[in-house]
Amino acid sequence: MILIVIPILALLALTAVAVARIRDLWAAVMFMGIFSFLGASWMLILDAPDVAFTEAAVGAGISTFLMLGTLALTGKTEKPTKFSIVPLIVVGITGAALVYGTFDMPAYGDPNAPIQTYPNPSFVEKSEHDMHGLPNVVTAVLASYRGYDTLGETAVIFTAGIAVLLILRKNEVGEKESV
Amino acid sequence: MEYGFTLFGSAGYGFMQYGYIACSLAILVTMTLALIRAMLGPTVFDRVLALNMFGTKTVLLICVVSFLTGRQDFIDVALLYSLMNFIGMVALLRFSQLGYFGESENERTGATS
Repeated sequence: MILIVIPILALLALTAVAVARIRDLWAAVMFMGIFSFLGASWMLILDAPDVAFTEAAVGAGISTFLMLGTLALTGKTEKPTKFSIVPLIVVGITGAALVYGTFDMPAYGDPNAPIQTYPNPSFVEKSEHDMHGLPNVVTAVLASYRGYDTLGETAVIFTAGIAVLLILRKNEVGEKESV
Repeated sequence: MEYGFTLFGSAGYGFMQYGYIACSLAILVTMTLALIRAMLGPTVFDRVLALNMFGTKTVLLICVVSFLTGRQDFIDVALLYSLMNFIGMVALLRFSQLGYFGESENERTGATS
């Protein structure tokens, strides 16, 4: 298996470098599609088919469309920029912090990891009592145990929807043309 | 490994498993070549062909890996991948042909009546 995993990760890194280096934005969109396919394959090998499904549908499907739509409104090539060291440093520090953060995570497939041991007794058994007789476990988890999480997600999606509507709405008759 | 550690699982590979691994390696080599073509590709069509081939090879790789790990439900995901590959390809080609997504000229330029 490691023979398959290492080349996929190497291809991922290669594609990321290609996206960063290329100046033709049309090709960059294409490479983002490739990156998404590779990332989804990697998630699949990590035994997360649901995440891989989402990544393939959103990353390779919808975002390609959205990016191309954006390109249709803007331009196809990126302006040449001067090389600057600050973004490299920022990205390096952020990456190092993230890698440092993963050291505390349990090993992949560890039977003693919190995700294998923590919900015990399980939500299925205790949710009805906790929620004063609410029979639906999914509702209990989404609306109560993870209530703040769900609220945050809804707020994020709502904000994104408003922003997209504000950007994409058509100019009304008589309204000043916005640039 | 004593627990179901599929990522680097090694024990008990039979003849078929080695066949699957060889097959995946061959697919990965093809993917690398397609990626190189997509990077170098002077024209749009080189890149489009390379991307299409890359997507197809991803589908194949997922199928082979699903047989290797014995998780045949991965094949559903492979189906989704091939659909996505097709849709993305149509979008890219349409965009490269027209430069926009085929709305009417008035809509595109945002002209108001």
